Parts: sequence; C-alpha cells; structure tokens
Amino acid sequence: MGHAHESNVGRIWKVFGILSLITIVEVALGIYKPHSLHFTNVLGMNLLNWIFIILTIAKAYGIMWAFMHLEGETASLRWSIVGPLVFLIIYLVFILLVEADYIYDVFKTSTIKWNF
Amino acid sequence: MATTVTTSAEGKTWGGGNEPMNASYGKMMMWFFIVSDALTFSGFLAAYGFSRFKFIETWPLADEVFTHFPFMHGVPAPMYYVALMTFILIFSSVTMVLAVDAGHQMKKNKVVLYMFLTIIGGLIFVGSQAWEWKNFINGEHGAIETKGGSLLQFVKVDKTQPSGYARVSLSEFASNTPEERIQHKRSNGVWFFDESALPSVSVNQVVEGFKANEEILVRSEKIDAATKHKIVLSREESLKLVENAKYVVEGANLKRNEYGNRLFADFFFFITGFHGFHVFSGVVINIIIFLNVLLGTYERRGSYEMVEKVGLYWHFVDLVWVFVFTFFYLV
Repeated sequence: MGHAHESNVGRIWKVFGILSLITIVEVALGIYKPHSLHFTNVLGMNLLNWIFIILTIAKAYGIMWAFMHLEGETASLRWSIVGPLVFLIIYLVFILLVEADYIYDVFKTSTIKWNF
Repeated sequence: MATTVTTSAEGKTWGGGNEPMNASYGKMMMWFFIVSDALTFSGFLAAYGFSRFKFIETWPLADEVFTHFPFMHGVPAPMYYVALMTFILIFSSVTMVLAVDAGHQMKKNKVVLYMFLTIIGGLIFVGSQAWEWKNFINGEHGAIETKGGSLLQFVKVDKTQPSGYARVSLSEFASNTPEERIQHKRSNGVWFFDESALPSVSVNQVVEGFKANEEILVRSEKIDAATKHKIVLSREESLKLVENAKYVVEGANLKRNEYGNRLFADFFFFITGFHGFHVFSGVVINIIIFLNVLLGTYERRGSYEMVEKVGLYWHFVDLVWVFVFTFFYLV
C-alpha cells in the first residue's frame, strides 16, 4: 500500500466535519419541517423525505469512501462490494414497497372493515 | 509449448501467496461479512418500509414518539437525543479511523489512545440506546385499544401546540371508581396465559373518566393528509369509540404499544435491538483488539492490519445507524 506511511489526520477531520454538517442539516430540517418541502410531493413522496434519503446516501458514501477506505482499494473490489448491494437493495425495496402499496389499496377499498 | 505456458500460469495463480483484488485474506473476509450483514439490515429496513406503506395512513409519527431528553423531563424535545447519539457514533468512527491511521505509522501509543476512545464512544452509545428503550417501553401518556384493534389516544384543545391539541395522559382523567382486578398469573387462570403487570388504571375507570370530562377528545390513528397531523374526532364520535374500549395500553411491548400500529414497536425493538447488538459485539471485539495492541502483538507482527479490520466492522455499525436514524426518526 503506497499510502501506508503518510498521515491522513487532516482529511479524517474534514470528512468528520462534512458528516456532522449533513447530520445537523438533517436534524434542523427534521425539527422545523419547512412547509414548502413537507407538502410538495415528488414521485409519490414529499420533498423533505427525498432530501433526507439523499443526504443519508451521501453520508453512507462518505463513511464507505473515506472511513472504510474504499478509496484505497482496487476498482474491482470496490465494485464487487457496492454493485451487488446497490442492485439487490433497489430490487428488494422496489418489490416490497410496490406490493405494500397494493395491499394498502386492497384494505382501503375492501368491503370489510379491518380496524375500527 | 502451450502446455508449459499453462502450467506456469497455474503455478502463479494457484500456487498460493496471491491476494485477489489486492486485499488480504482477512480484509476480504471482513468485506464478505459486511456485504452479507448489510443485506440482512436492508431486508429488515425494507420489511419496515413494507409495513409502513401498508399502513401509511395510520403509522405513528416519530416526532411524537421520541420526545425525551435527559434532565428535561416533560419538555418535548424530538430529534435532539437521537441526533446526539448519531454524533457519538460518528465520533467514535472518527477515533477508530484515527487509530487505523496511527497503526499505519506504527505509533502504538496513539493506537492505544484512539482505540480506547472508540470503546468509550461505543459504550456511551449502547447506554443511550438503553435509555431510549426504557422511555419507549415505559411510555408517557397511555392509550386505549378498542375491540376492533385500533388505538385511541386522548387530547384536549391547546392552541399553543402546532397541531392545536395537547396530549392528555390516562391518569389525568381516569375516574377513581373503586375496582379490584387481579393480576393474571399462570397459577390463577388459564395456565399458559399471564401478564407481567397490571395497567395503572382500568378500562372502566378510563371510560368513566372520559365521560365525565367534556373537554377530552379521542385522537385517532389516521393522519390527515392536508395537515399531516393525526385526526382528532368530535366529542360524539369519541364517545362512540370509547364504548368499544377493550384494553388499557401503557408503554410498549411486543404485543401492543401506546404509540399506534402494533408493528411499529415490533420493528423498533427488532431493528434497533439488532443494531444495538452489533454495537455491543463491536465493543467486545474492539476490547479484544485493544488488549492485543497493549500486549504489543501487532508491534511484533509488524502490521496493525487487525486494527484496520475491526475498524471496518465498526464503521459498518455506524453506517447502519445512519440508515436506522433516517428511517425511524426522520422520514
């Protein structure tokens, strides 16, 4: 490993700063819930939730890239890790959420009251 | 000619001493584990998403569930406590990565210091989670479950609140009608049924108290799409629903919880519990490696790669928390 002996301390604190900043933004949005974001729907979900999810993925990227040191691994190892995860998670989430939405609809339009 | 070439190539590839993708055996195996564990957590969170989408109109609002902060009793402080927990975990990730960095430079004392800080951070996090669980299990206001399985929470008009209503605890309005109710134990009823504790008030006391207090209304589980607050029923509708009262629900267990949908508490216990268990095992593994660092094992080995490997696991735990934080507390 070529980087083995140089210190990355400055960079580590920088990444920590970025991750903290993202968390602070998330918490602030979570507390104030700006009306314009919370009540604007984009692709079936409100904008605030989209922002939360995107910021979360950004944080996950930062942790994996810098802290778990994927930046120093070979591209083949990086993709062997990230590729299957991204594909399978998107697949699983898509299947389950679509199915759940369908069941929601069945409950809603059924003639039987299930919760009263 | 061709055969000799193949043979020598085989000797190179399969003769040992190779590191596929330039990752050592241990590191590769740690990544294998992390990928599979990440998929396990994805499965849990996707299942949570499934149940939530299924009951999208009645799912509890996280802001109203997690409102506690140490030494601020009675002051609703949503988000602050989990935000603090998130910072603790990110910070312990930073000290871990600093330990790895110091290991690259073969600075034993720095590795010792940073690993120690990481362990402390992990312990604080597990402790915080225990406190969060304690509040969740004890509950705050209490609720009523009807025969049909829906949950009734109680409110009164309070214009200072963003929703226009303030929660009322069962104990604030339940009547003092004398009533004797014996705790159901295996020895005094059906032998395979028991209950861990009696609720502080009985169903009858709540119903009578509700009838006597005109200002109290029932808040249903349903979320009003226009305001994103739970719908509060009129006094007449409330009275009608309270007639169906079946159970007093205080706090949370795996069967029912005072926050709303039963699955909500199940997923909360299961996912944060599974994550907490990962943090706990991470702390244990960190302690083992910490002791090895103290003994000078890696100094003699000439490489601190073991610190790097536990570091990978520790960051993974942090990574999972980032997602748990988003899907349980923010979204």
